[in-house]
Amino acid sequence: MTQLLDSLPLWLWFLLALVALFVARKPVHQGVFALARFFHQSLRLGANAVANAEQRLQDRNREVLLAAGREAAERHVEREFDRIEATMKKELAQYPALHRKLCEQLTAIDEDYVRSAEVPPEPTNWAKAIKAVAEIPAKSDPVVGDVLETIHHSMRKAEAKALEAYRESARERHQLLKRMMPNWRSMLSTLGRVNKSVDSVIHRAKVLDGHMERYEEIVQGSDRALRMLSSSSLVQFFIASFVLAIAVGGALINFHLIARPMTEMVGGTSYIGSFKVADISALVIILVEITMGLFVMECLRITRLFPVISALSDKLRMRMMWAAFVLLFFLASVEAGLAFMREILMQEDLAVSAQLRGGEVEAATSGVYWITTAAQMGMGFILPFALTFVAIPLENFIASARTVIGLLTTFFLRILSVVLRLTGTAALRTGSLLVRLYDIVIFLPLWLENLYFNWRAGSASEATAEEA
Amino acid sequence: MKRLITIASLLLLAACGEPVARNQGVYMLIDTSGTYTQELDKAQQVINYTLARMNPGDTFAVASINTGSFSEKNIKAKVTFDDRPSVTNKQKQAFQQSIQQFVDETKPAAYTDITGGLLQAVEYLNEKEPGRKTILIFSDLKEEIKEGYNRDVPLQLDGFSLVALNVTKLRSDNMDPNEYLGRLQAWQGKVEQGGGSWRVVNDLERLEKILP
Repeated sequence: MTQLLDSLPLWLWFLLALVALFVARKPVHQGVFALARFFHQSLRLGANAVANAEQRLQDRNREVLLAAGREAAERHVEREFDRIEATMKKELAQYPALHRKLCEQLTAIDEDYVRSAEVPPEPTNWAKAIKAVAEIPAKSDPVVGDVLETIHHSMRKAEAKALEAYRESARERHQLLKRMMPNWRSMLSTLGRVNKSVDSVIHRAKVLDGHMERYEEIVQGSDRALRMLSSSSLVQFFIASFVLAIAVGGALINFHLIARPMTEMVGGTSYIGSFKVADISALVIILVEITMGLFVMECLRITRLFPVISALSDKLRMRMMWAAFVLLFFLASVEAGLAFMREILMQEDLAVSAQLRGGEVEAATSGVYWITTAAQMGMGFILPFALTFVAIPLENFIASARTVIGLLTTFFLRILSVVLRLTGTAALRTGSLLVRLYDIVIFLPLWLENLYFNWRAGSASEATAEEA
Repeated sequence: MKRLITIASLLLLAACGEPVARNQGVYMLIDTSGTYTQELDKAQQVINYTLARMNPGDTFAVASINTGSFSEKNIKAKVTFDDRPSVTNKQKQAFQQSIQQFVDETKPAAYTDITGGLLQAVEYLNEKEPGRKTILIFSDLKEEIKEGYNRDVPLQLDGFSLVALNVTKLRSDNMDPNEYLGRLQAWQGKVEQGGGSWRVVNDLERLEKILP
């Protein structure tokens, strides 16, 4: 090869190369353009495919978001109906009894009212007779005077009796009216309760209206609803992540509380892979506790991670809840025992270390020893129950993670699509650039060719002019 | 689901595979010849430190180096710690008491059979099959074999870490340091020829260096 290169001078090689490049100009141009177009079209196709995928994902995200929102709204509506039902059951279920009581009270009041009505005293029948006697002209007659005197006395006595009777009757009426007072008050109270219940129902109905409006918007799939749901989902995601991080911290503390004493139960030298069996056992206990907590929350219908549990009959669900709770209680008690064991082991370790160091072995009977023991046992017992509530942020996290992951994926697909499109355009432009560069390298033969074509064109036009 | 099955299968395979020994075995040889018995308090310090570093499942033995050390009788205390930490603690206490008795009752020996002690240590640790094997030699490394004892035996020390502790200088070493250096070099060559690793730790204030 070197001999071949040395056989000719360099300028001749250069000249030959120029000629070769000039001769191959057209196919090279075609090849470069073809390659550039190939890349351009391929990348455009890729970009289109990614854009389509992004669009599909966006549609799917929209559906997921709307479905999640619809489900949440349905749950809210359901809860409101439950509350209304509870109010109705509590207050208005007794309405027939209340109505009967009101009727009875009204009847009693009516009867008392009727009885308390004032009856005008009957005018005496003999008043006219007395009037006639009193109008006798012979008033100076002593007999008539005696008669009149007697009549006057009789009249005075009758008047006193009538007044007494009237007073008695008025007293009775007053007694009746007084007896009506408690009935009135009772009615007022009863009606007040009814009013309160009705107000509560009206308030719930207003809240329900709000939920229903939101639900309708979600069902219609409006952009406003979508924006609200998306924003709410992101907020939920971050809040749930934060709470879950706290829960993970709690689980880690729990793990450290029981991992060491677990070696007393399962031994400290067994391994599965590169993990100690004692550590795995401690982790499994904590995970089982969390699972039991999930079941308890699920059975109480606070979360809805398992549709099968929600679909169970109320009786079976409550039984399952109690079973999960009993298991959780049992595991929490075991943890408290293990925490106690941990403290004993630590004290033993300290004693042995002190002995090995040659110091005095201090008995673990100092005054504060029981505080750490009690604290560890308390934590061992309480943490499993506290971890039960992980179910709520976990459900939120799972629900919102779908949306967040969808949004992120959509974003990355969009970026990818743009990058592919730009790369395709760049490939096309690079093809043109390469062709130009190729022409720059062979500018001399091209210039000569141009001169030749110009000369030929000039000759041809001269010949045509001469012929003409 | 497929991924879950794969992970479960891998976990099962890992569990069913050849178990990897993670425990350690430590065999300590203590020179009881001549004036070196005065150093036994320091040896006890090393033993206590080693005991503190032992975990459930580990093996620890202490043997004396005297006229004829290739013997089980030279093992003054030995223990393989139980799986349970509480039992391990009790074993450590009992071990320490045995060592205390050994320190109290030891009398100076006339000869120093280090090679015999090493052979015994290798045999003992190989039998226990720990994950890491360490032999601590608490001696001035001046070997004196009684006439009639053959110690021209090649050492098989593959996988063993040998740590020479408290290698004191003799009066003759002070006169000619080459003797001390030559002694150390000779032991290093012998150990490394046998496939083991060799270290010297004279500063007993920094005992954390002796065990990995």
